[in-house]
Amino acid sequence: MTLHLAVALDGAGWHPAAWRADGARPDLLFTAGYWADLVVEAERGLLDWVTFEDSLAVQSTRHDSPDGRRDQVRGRLDAVLLASALAPLTTRIGLVPTTGVTHTEPFHVSIGIASLDHAARGRAGWRPRVSARPHEAAHFGRRTFPPIDPAGPTARRHIERLLREGVDFVEVVRRLWDSWEDDAEIRDTATGRFVDRDKLHPIDFRGEWFSVRGPSITPRSPQGRPLVTSLAHSALPYDFAARTSDVVYVTPRDADDAAAVVTEVRAAETAAGRTGPPLKIFADLEVYLGPPGRRARLDDLDGATHVSDAHVFEGTPEQLADLLLMWRASGVEGFRLRPGVLPHDLPAVTRGLVPELQARGVFRRAYETTGLRGRLGLPRPPSRYVTAS
Amino acid sequence: MTEQIHLAAHFPGVNNTTVWSDPRSGSQIDFGSFRHLAETAERGRFDFFFLAEGLRLREMKGRIHDLDVMGRPESLTVLAALSAVTTRLGLAATVNSTFNEPYEVARRLATLDHLSGGRAAWNVVTSWDAFTGENFRRGGYLAEADRYTRAKEFLQTARELWDTWADDAVTADPVRGEFLREGGVTPFRHTGRHFDIQGLFNVPRGPQGHPVIIQAGDSDEGREFAASSADVIFSRHGRPEEARTFYRDVKRRLAAYGRRPADLKIMPAVTYVLGDTEAEAAECAAEIRRAQVSPANAIVFLEGVWGRDMSFCDPDGPLPDVEPELGEGVSRGRAQFRGDRAATAAKWRAVAQEKNLTIRELVIEMSARQTFVGTAASVAEQMTSFVRTGAADGFVLVPHLTPGGLDELVDQVVPLLQEKGVYRADYTGTTLRDHLGLRSPVKETS
Ligand SMILES: Cc1cc2nc3c(=O)[nH]c(=O)nc-3n(C[C@H](O)[C@H](O)[C@H](O)COP(=O)(O)O)c2cc1C
Repeated sequence: MTLHLAVALDGAGWHPAAWRADGARPDLLFTAGYWADLVVEAERGLLDWVTFEDSLAVQSTRHDSPDGRRDQVRGRLDAVLLASALAPLTTRIGLVPTTGVTHTEPFHVSIGIASLDHAARGRAGWRPRVSARPHEAAHFGRRTFPPIDPAGPTARRHIERLLREGVDFVEVVRRLWDSWEDDAEIRDTATGRFVDRDKLHPIDFRGEWFSVRGPSITPRSPQGRPLVTSLAHSALPYDFAARTSDVVYVTPRDADDAAAVVTEVRAAETAAGRTGPPLKIFADLEVYLGPPGRRARLDDLDGATHVSDAHVFEGTPEQLADLLLMWRASGVEGFRLRPGVLPHDLPAVTRGLVPELQARGVFRRAYETTGLRGRLGLPRPPSRYVTAS
Repeated sequence: MTEQIHLAAHFPGVNNTTVWSDPRSGSQIDFGSFRHLAETAERGRFDFFFLAEGLRLREMKGRIHDLDVMGRPESLTVLAALSAVTTRLGLAATVNSTFNEPYEVARRLATLDHLSGGRAAWNVVTSWDAFTGENFRRGGYLAEADRYTRAKEFLQTARELWDTWADDAVTADPVRGEFLREGGVTPFRHTGRHFDIQGLFNVPRGPQGHPVIIQAGDSDEGREFAASSADVIFSRHGRPEEARTFYRDVKRRLAAYGRRPADLKIMPAVTYVLGDTEAEAAECAAEIRRAQVSPANAIVFLEGVWGRDMSFCDPDGPLPDVEPELGEGVSRGRAQFRGDRAATAAKWRAVAQEKNLTIRELVIEMSARQTFVGTAASVAEQMTSFVRTGAADGFVLVPHLTPGGLDELVDQVVPLLQEKGVYRADYTGTTLRDHLGLRSPVKETS
């Protein structure tokens, strides 16, 4: 069975000094051409999908405020629009942008991702992201968030509430995706009706935080429901993923931990009463491929040891292939690799790791599907509003 | 140099403009349709490509309206995709200021400006209605009287955000380890009636500084908003006399804001029908009007104006003697039926009587906006004289077919305008501001 491989794109790479590496092209980070080169390379490597990070605040080494640093990449483009600009330049690779769900409108996000799916002809995904950051809330001025004290009980309650609000947000988005049945557009010249209004459904969502009427303004997209993916490090977000997502990115330290995380995620699914296909569990890894010492040299440039929330791998593509297969035996189905330095580690993945995995018979030699759901073996679901008649 | 005509293309989405029953009519949602129309517009050296927005499906008498084209994508997402397949064409998105927040809209527009190399535009609309608001977590919270105060403050705030990054803020110097220069990015703080926000904006200033601002409202507040803040007006006045009056009125308002007439381009929405002869074009135009206003659609229009159920009427019969309902009406999510219902109905009745029209003929008479009808040569002449007589600076062309409806205009009329020297032979700049001859925005001083 093929192993699944996604790559996470962000700035010049995941090391804070990546932008200073040879070939990094930091002056082009805000141009379409820079991203087009990366995504075309990822597609050449037959990767499942690429993700685009995003947030509604400037990057910071702190959790609760900007850090004022000028020696790291600051600023980024809106991920949905960026993904959309890459859609016509590619044909097979999945495009998965991140959007915030704490300060935005589910209606806008729903039609944005559905529109990406239309433009990409069935290759859109989405990563909803909750934000507890007080400075991000200040950009909207609608609510005041408490300072983040990770140890304190306030922070936990705050995050718990935001995650529950996030669950509602994703539910609204998903209902809006279903609010047009696939065959709602009839163009019936005999009766003069363009749509069959019985196939358009108000979603009438009413929740603790907001209510949304529907239906969507955007017809059902090629995948019906674009792939929802989320990042989770602990129990609360596992629950969020179990309730909202098709895929969860997790961050185990090693193969044993991966097995433990898989058990925890499966338990969260049961506890949440999840129906439908189980979560696809992907492990996140930050990767530095090639000669040893690359990461240390970047740390020197940055003046600090870079700490990642994910396991950091340093070594050869062969060693990485060994690790992936070992972790897979622990129950993860795929991986999202975060290249330490994009211009170096992305091609090392597509031209080093991928051929190695192909040689071992565990990775595709050609794309078999165009749609992103199909690539994971997920069916195209009918709208939940279809009534048997 | 002679007056230069500006041209924009409207993607005919949700309305009764599109003759969807025509076999040449394609998908209004497939990306290929957007791409075709945008590529045609760029081939015609158009200033920009325009997308409208409506955030709730239209309803009649509490039921979703099912006779016209429905269903569209999110504007900015489609335009971002189009930025990859065009190189010069401006990309204009309609984005509502009532159901959005400045930080998010400012960053999405700045993103489009970066992705397109300086071709982004924003049509700031205000939809006030609680009907649309029901689709949003914040609901229909805004009173009608506040929609332009919010729009104005929204735009002002967006401009403050765009200006917090200096044009040269990103130095990206790996040797010195300096990504941002000292003082390149300043924090913002906006305290006003609608927004009280502060922090750091997270997208560098786009190539145009500020995207081009378009305004489409028609009320006195709308015109003042345009005169103070917009670069382009997308006007609904496509008839020469009204257009001239509107043009004079709006241009006159500019001086109060220290602006020159050339700083605001007025571009009415216009339609066109071409034929090999004048007679053929006229005949074709009449056919299109009848296709746009089917018998069922005629009743829907009538109900929109009368504000009540008129389903008992015969579309091919005379207007019945019933009074309009002056309340909220039966049509929702549609801008053109606002206003003084009694006066509008009285005017319709007068026209029907004077010309002895059936209901359907009346609706065609009152709603049809066919601006330029004729041979390619005569349409080129009509367009030129429209601009020369101070009725417009250019046009937003609204084809009646998706996506091929612009092809014949670009192939037949554009070359004639170019021959006359009233329209560019090729792009001379790369940004939309360049095409429109607009100055770079002056930075807001904070
Ligand atoms: C030509 C034209 C195009 C418009 N396009 C849109 C649109 O796409 N979406 C929208 O919500 N409103 C649209 N509007 C509505 C206006 O932005 C405005 O909200 C409306 O005309 C009411 O404002 P007013 O009272 O100043 O006229 C359009 C108006 C005109 C005249």
